Amino acid sequence: MKSFTGKALRWQWRDGIVEMTLDHEPANEIGTAMLAELQQFVASFGELAPKTHVCIIASAQKAGFSAGADLRELYHGAAALPEKERLPGVRDFLERIHAVLNAIDAAPFVTIAAVHGVCFGGGLELALACDMIIADKMARFAFPELRLGLIPGFGGIPRLKRDLGNAFVRDLLFTGRTVNATRAQAVSLVAQLAGEGEALRIARSTAAQITKFDAAARATAKKFIKPIPHEELRREIDLFCELFARPAVMAALKKFVEDAGPMPYLP
Amino acid sequence: MRTIEQTTQEVLDLATKHFQLPAGSLAPEDDFFKKLGIDSLQTLELLSRLENHFAIELPDYEVQGVSDFKTLAERIQSRL
Repeated sequence: MKSFTGKALRWQWRDGIVEMTLDHEPANEIGTAMLAELQQFVASFGELAPKTHVCIIASAQKAGFSAGADLRELYHGAAALPEKERLPGVRDFLERIHAVLNAIDAAPFVTIAAVHGVCFGGGLELALACDMIIADKMARFAFPELRLGLIPGFGGIPRLKRDLGNAFVRDLLFTGRTVNATRAQAVSLVAQLAGEGEALRIARSTAAQITKFDAAARATAKKFIKPIPHEELRREIDLFCELFARPAVMAALKKFVEDAGPMPYLP
Repeated sequence: MRTIEQTTQEVLDLATKHFQLPAGSLAPEDDFFKKLGIDSLQTLELLSRLENHFAIELPDYEVQGVSDFKTLAERIQSRL
């Protein structure tokens, strides 16, 4: 499908470049609706791949690229079930989102995340599945999961370890803090910095450059440079589920969902 | 190196400009959440502007519980 408009995202193919735009209020939280349309998106790769050089993923939401997993949906969905019935649903969601992000990670075309605003948790995991992150200088990145008694569950740790130095990875995970785009570029999380509001324009300019080169050589280089850590990704799902089973997690999710303060992202 | 007074004034000037307020309308003791009426995302945006302006990193946990410009400036000063 060359174009699609859904409730949470849309995409459009033109001249060898597909642009996928996340557009789900308020901040592209990744819940069941977003996941279903992401699955449709990757299902279209078979048709798109032979004529696609680059895929750009961007956001139309002012708040940013994505604030991560839909914690409100997660909490309310889990709270509605008896305790022993919660984990199968969580595992199913994780396996589905992992399949989506693995498909993006392994896509034969180049993938660029054009990031502005917040890029947290699952949103950062979506960006990390891409080959490049081009970030607006006002963008901020975080893995806040430890604040909730969890670890990143959408493949964040294996991909961070693959791509970045461990000192920064440990700081990011253990403090749960947000970092700005300038720092993110200094540690090679971000490939290119853009001026405020310019990430998508620069992603398009970068995509135009990429389309000049041989597709087969590019696909070969990508496979060689970027192995997918399948075993660690599977292990991450197991660890996430083990942690989610603890009562402290539901308590932390409840606190986050009910927090009316100005900084709910802080512990 | 900047004095704490200079840092405080730069924080006030930056917030005034960013939130398009009349000059001189912010004071060091003002509670920025109440005075500016900002939410968490706007707070993060202000944090980015401060980090870019002062060329520092200011982890969120360093500003946990901070709500006035004077204390914010002190946190920034300790990173200069």
